[in-house]
Amino acid sequence: MTAYLIRGARIVGGEPTDLLVRDGVVAEVGPDLAATGAQVVDAGGLVALPGLVDLHTHLREPGREDAETVETGSRAAALGGYTAVCAMANTDPVADTAGVVEQVYRLGRAAGLVDVQPIGAVTVGLAGGQLAELGAMASSAAAVRIFSDDGHCVADPRLMRRALEYVKAFDGVIAQHAEEPRLTQGAQMHEGEMATRLGLTGWPAVAEEAIVARDVLLAEHVGSRLHVCHVSTAGSVEILRWARQRGIRVTAEVTPHHLLLTDEKAVGYDPVFKVNPPLRTAADVAALRTALAEGVIDVVATDHAPHAVEDKECEWAYARPGMLGLETALSVVLGSQALGTDWNAIAERMSRQPARIAGLVEHGRDPAPGAPANLTLVDPAARRVIDPGESASRSRNTPYAGLTLPGRVVATFLRGEPTVLDGKAVR
Amino acid sequence: MIGHLLSAGDLDARSATLILDTAAELGNLAGREVKKLPTLRGRTVVNLFYEDSTRTRISFEAAAKRLSADVINFSAKGSSVSKGESLKDTALTLQAMGADAVVVRHPASGAPHRLAHWVEGSVVNAGDGTHEHPTQALLDAYTMRSRLGRLAGLQVAVVGDVLHSRVARSNVLLLTTLGAKVTLVGPPTLIPVDVAAAPAPGIAVSYDLDAVLPASDAVMMLRVQRERMGDSYFPSAREYARRYGLDGARMRRLPEHAIVMHPGPMNRGMEIAPEVADSPRSTIVEQVANGVSVRMAVLYLLLGGKA
Amino acid sequence: MAYSSADQDSTGQDSTDQGGTGQAGAGKTILGPPDLQRVIDRIAHQILEKTRGARRTVLLGIPTRGAPLARRLAERIAAFEQLRVPVGTLDITLYRDDLRLRAARALGKTDIPAGGIDGQRVILVDDVLFSGRTVRAALDALGDLGRPASVQLAVLVDRGHRELPIRADYVGKNIPTALTESVKVLLAETDGRDEVRIHGGTR
Repeated sequence: MTAYLIRGARIVGGEPTDLLVRDGVVAEVGPDLAATGAQVVDAGGLVALPGLVDLHTHLREPGREDAETVETGSRAAALGGYTAVCAMANTDPVADTAGVVEQVYRLGRAAGLVDVQPIGAVTVGLAGGQLAELGAMASSAAAVRIFSDDGHCVADPRLMRRALEYVKAFDGVIAQHAEEPRLTQGAQMHEGEMATRLGLTGWPAVAEEAIVARDVLLAEHVGSRLHVCHVSTAGSVEILRWARQRGIRVTAEVTPHHLLLTDEKAVGYDPVFKVNPPLRTAADVAALRTALAEGVIDVVATDHAPHAVEDKECEWAYARPGMLGLETALSVVLGSQALGTDWNAIAERMSRQPARIAGLVEHGRDPAPGAPANLTLVDPAARRVIDPGESASRSRNTPYAGLTLPGRVVATFLRGEPTVLDGKAVR
Repeated sequence: MIGHLLSAGDLDARSATLILDTAAELGNLAGREVKKLPTLRGRTVVNLFYEDSTRTRISFEAAAKRLSADVINFSAKGSSVSKGESLKDTALTLQAMGADAVVVRHPASGAPHRLAHWVEGSVVNAGDGTHEHPTQALLDAYTMRSRLGRLAGLQVAVVGDVLHSRVARSNVLLLTTLGAKVTLVGPPTLIPVDVAAAPAPGIAVSYDLDAVLPASDAVMMLRVQRERMGDSYFPSAREYARRYGLDGARMRRLPEHAIVMHPGPMNRGMEIAPEVADSPRSTIVEQVANGVSVRMAVLYLLLGGKA
Repeated sequence: MAYSSADQDSTGQDSTDQGGTGQAGAGKTILGPPDLQRVIDRIAHQILEKTRGARRTVLLGIPTRGAPLARRLAERIAAFEQLRVPVGTLDITLYRDDLRLRAARALGKTDIPAGGIDGQRVILVDDVLFSGRTVRAALDALGDLGRPASVQLAVLVDRGHRELPIRADYVGKNIPTALTESVKVLLAETDGRDEVRIHGGTR
């Protein structure tokens, strides 16, 4: 195993120092370390962060390998500074059995670019009718801890209560896609002035907020952990704030796109801006940024959702919802100014806390002697223009095409081995 | 320069007035022995209809033919993304056929906007989903102007399913551009929440038709689909007709000069009583005739010049 | 939508002539107000003479400036002979052969007198005769409106350079020009004053 000497990196934004990476761990940290036998990585001006962890990734494999595979998605993740991603269950077949989650887990290991931690479905086939074999998935080789019907809401309150209760046995967590389906039938974009103007059926904020409110109360009642996926409205933030003050065990994520983009983007009917939950108003964006800064929302998760060209180059109503996110997440978070350049906060929201929620003990640990060498080096001074053609994803549906964003991932290490060097994927 | 007509909001007062003035000149042709003009000879207009709308298609077809354009009717109904060709592939086909203009009717809002990215010719929106129907608004404005002599300062009530109506959207945009005042009337379930909360300048919202009628110069009744009942927008057709239908008694609350409009096809007995539809105040038949003139004007102004 | 405004399109001249600048002081005055009046009077007399009293005759002015010219001719004829010649306008925009050279043009008025044109002697009236293409378009337009017994042409100015086998029956003034020049007719009704100017030569 090659050793790497990372010279002059600012660990989580601190003073420049050297890091020696050997045998999968950070062996030494300190000034002017000797390079004996190690490959030197010049990290002058770069910030070293614990490898980012994404709680919400769609890798599309099995089922839609034309849109993404575990390997291509893993590469995109590594380029975005990630060392672990949680793969959502809405594959085909659905990840609702030990067999499927183990398959995804093994594909991740084989690709070897990030740790792929499968998320299991809450209900069989994501149909919202019957609990999937959550325990079997938990005790499988994939050791599933997060369960989600993402893309669908676990709308039945009784079923949601049971799921929250049941996963306590193995310290699981239900990650809810909060969307009251009866309020969003045919919905195409945020319900508001823009939707009225464009004649697109509205997705009202209350459809999310009603479920968030119900679920925090259920979580309190049964004493369970709840994770709220992709929070998108100011109202949800208020409910979460209340729930946290009350001591309810709820965590929540926000996507990079909900921190930067608004429903105004729908104006030209380009479905690259169609996403679920939809882009909201400027007031919602402001509330989400504040909530992330305060920790009311404690995680940034990408909801990386690759889609094949034909699923996006069509009429808005027929397009699939979702956007790429892995390669741009850190830049968008920096560009949104939600956390400024508070690297500790960035590490907390994008690495440590998501690792805790997912139970990934090897991840989310600051580079320090003895810690697993899962880390990323970021150039905060760089600016880049987003070019969909350059994406490592198999899909091209980034909403940031042509945008200039700050920050660039220069290198990523997974267990001491570089997956990205000089801003390029190693393989 | 190639232009499109995608939204009534794309028109400023000057260009909207030019269309109406041009339509007025072209309208005189209807009385001539030879109704055909050589103006668009050699130009190809494709009617791309993803929804059945015989009246709109025929109107565009007549307009194009009177200007001597070649007309290709492309009925794409039933070909959805899942089973048929994609809109983009269809667009490329039309492009290869040399379409100078594509008149598109589509059940998805914004489909004409997408199409405009993929074809080189002009795209005319002939109704897209619950978004817009700009030539309907133009013909409505034309009808109001020819019956009432002006548009600026008119009080127009638009009544019914505003939420799902492309006719209402286009009319609101065009009428306010031309200085008319619009009152949207309907059950609160069928008026967009954001519009009711904060109507734009020139727009008012009312849930009480009887209160609005005495001050209206024109009443535009929107088609209300009975299916909406299933979605609980209102309890029953009977209750809808009683509260928001225009019957003889209500019509008599209108000022002497006021006109009654309907974009068709009508649900007689639902939003409009037969007595009203057939009254001299009704402009429903005129609207159809005016539609051809307005569409001729649009095609002429889009295709009659330099490509 | 693209279109050219009525202003840009109101030169009333042949299609190949882009019109004058209209700037006061530029160019050279060919006819002043009294000259123009005399020329119109003369055309009116010639019409009466050549048509033997202008019965079964309709004057159709081609917008923009042919329209007021036709009305003036009708007034003069009425003054000389107490005869009311029906007068109207015939817009030829939709019949032009050069529509694709410019953005779509606003339409002028077509206003055919109540008696129609069938079996009538139609006298087309325009301000300047140049390539002849406007007149060609007017003949096509007339054909779609009815079947006149005969068609004649009256112009205020003939500046030469015909591109079609067309000639005027009544000419107010022949003005030999270079192709690079432009002739601009100004009328009180449309321009606030009566004048014929010649511009350019070095355009």
